[in-house]
Amino acid sequence: MAGKDKDIVASAVVSKKEKVGNAIVFVLLCLGAVVMVFPLIYMVMTSFMTKNQILSGQLSLIPDPWVFGKYAEVLQKGSFISGVLNTIKIEIPVLLIGGFTSSLAAFAFAKMKFRGKGAIFMGLLATIMIPFAVIMIPQYVMFTRLKWTDSLLPLIIPACFGNVSMIFFLRQNLSSIPNDLMDAAKLDGCGYFRTFVQIFFPLMKGAVGTQLTLWFMGIWNDYLAPVIFLRSEKNWTLQVVIRSFNAYYAIQSDYALIMAASVIAMLPTITLFFCFQRVIIESVAISGIK
Amino acid sequence: MGRVNGKTKVKLSAMAKREERWALLFVAAPAVGFLLFMAWPIIFAFLTSLTTWNGAKGFAGMLDRFCGFDNYVKLFSDTKFWKTLLTTIIYLIGIPIGMILGLTFAMGMNRKIPGVRVLRTMYYVPVISSLVAVSILWAWVYNYDYGLLNVIIKALTGKHGPNWLGDEALIKVSMIIFMVWKGLGTSIILYLAGLQNIDRSYYEAAMVDGANGWQKFINITVPLLSPVTFYILITSMIGGFQVFVEVQVMTTNGGIGYSAATIVYYLYEKAFESFQLGYASAIAIILAIIIFIITLINFMVQDKWVKTID
Repeated sequence: MAGKDKDIVASAVVSKKEKVGNAIVFVLLCLGAVVMVFPLIYMVMTSFMTKNQILSGQLSLIPDPWVFGKYAEVLQKGSFISGVLNTIKIEIPVLLIGGFTSSLAAFAFAKMKFRGKGAIFMGLLATIMIPFAVIMIPQYVMFTRLKWTDSLLPLIIPACFGNVSMIFFLRQNLSSIPNDLMDAAKLDGCGYFRTFVQIFFPLMKGAVGTQLTLWFMGIWNDYLAPVIFLRSEKNWTLQVVIRSFNAYYAIQSDYALIMAASVIAMLPTITLFFCFQRVIIESVAISGIK
Repeated sequence: MGRVNGKTKVKLSAMAKREERWALLFVAAPAVGFLLFMAWPIIFAFLTSLTTWNGAKGFAGMLDRFCGFDNYVKLFSDTKFWKTLLTTIIYLIGIPIGMILGLTFAMGMNRKIPGVRVLRTMYYVPVISSLVAVSILWAWVYNYDYGLLNVIIKALTGKHGPNWLGDEALIKVSMIIFMVWKGLGTSIILYLAGLQNIDRSYYEAAMVDGANGWQKFINITVPLLSPVTFYILITSMIGGFQVFVEVQVMTTNGGIGYSAATIVYYLYEKAFESFQLGYASAIAIILAIIIFIITLINFMVQDKWVKTID
């Protein structure tokens, strides 16, 4: 009896010690989180400040007075609007067509039998390791010869052929769906394409949505490919535009305008992330533990 | 499922043939895309690297300018190439720093703590933020006269802070801090998922054996997380060799004395500013070889130190 009491006391002590430990860890994690988010908050605050306040050299975080005009100024710039529109013009066809080809391929890799399946799949997977920097010169030459460099096509057409990481994730996702469904469809004489559209696609809708969200963010934030392939200013995507804003307005010390433009450029991805953070984080986490 | 004897030819039924034809059609788009936009460009990059082509006069112009392995020989004594390669490698220091921080924070979040979801999200926001936008932001944070960092330093110490982006050595430190900040969220999430995947019974068994916290960390946590560590290391190294946007946005012309320029930055300049496509392709091929070797080494040593429990 006495021994048992001692155990209970001991475990209570441990849990108390653990509680104190948890409290310390919690405070440290919060501090770390503040450090992580602080530059972003500073960015937003700067976008509302007057030039005088920004260039005062004094530590001040709260705008005094608040100036909201920079956002209107950014949104009235033709180049900014055309940057947003160009980005959307890339997003829509790529996500629709590329999303379709990727899901269809994932379905074939997961549920159909064919010779060379493993080899083709491994070949596609290996492309993840190919650095874009290595293939950008040949692609540039190719797109120049096709006379695509005066349009958005270099950023649309290749992506429509599918996205390897999307194929990979959807294939993983489909492997959890029993093969019986496939066999049943075959027995019913349901064609393969119809099986995909009517049976499997509805089952993987959630996963497709997550992957398309991630892909949307990737296209939205892409910079290197647009800056190489889009030679004329009228085709620039948003990221290229805000980088040119940075170069141009920094000379005039108009940091509020630069920050306002950057904040707007970040809003869509951050909003999407907050809406779908659970599934996005899960899908990132899965990639590490396979 | 037995192995098919090599001699007996596998005869496919009509139905299986039909399935195969459809399947090949379904995977055709990504397969063709791979051949057109990945495989062929790699071969083409190698061919271009054997010339002094500047893009003029089409492929005939390219053949006219064949120069064998001259570009590679020239690269060997190109001080700018070595300098940018060294800078790229110096930036990789950020990877272990980010991994140690990531594991530390992930272990903190793996305890019974309120608001883990919110915290995790806050650490992850820089990851999903546009690289151009946050590069602009950090260039501003590092601004010598008005930047957040030096304003804080002045408020705390009364002295003017250092020129974060204006000194050949310090600019590298500044870039590394920025890159760790940008990528930390990924390692936290990956490590947290790895930690949550570890069976609690290992720790309970260790406790019965009287192991202390450090022993549990070294003997259970670290080895069981090694697949995650391996994954983070390999993806970060592949990414680390391709740093470009940060340099182009945060510095003018690669920073003072080209001190911040990376190998991809140099490659970009050669290809798209001075149009030395042949020379730039040689840099690209070297880069591909470096990344290939790193991946290979990683996979070779993987068996040695990555522990998995089956």
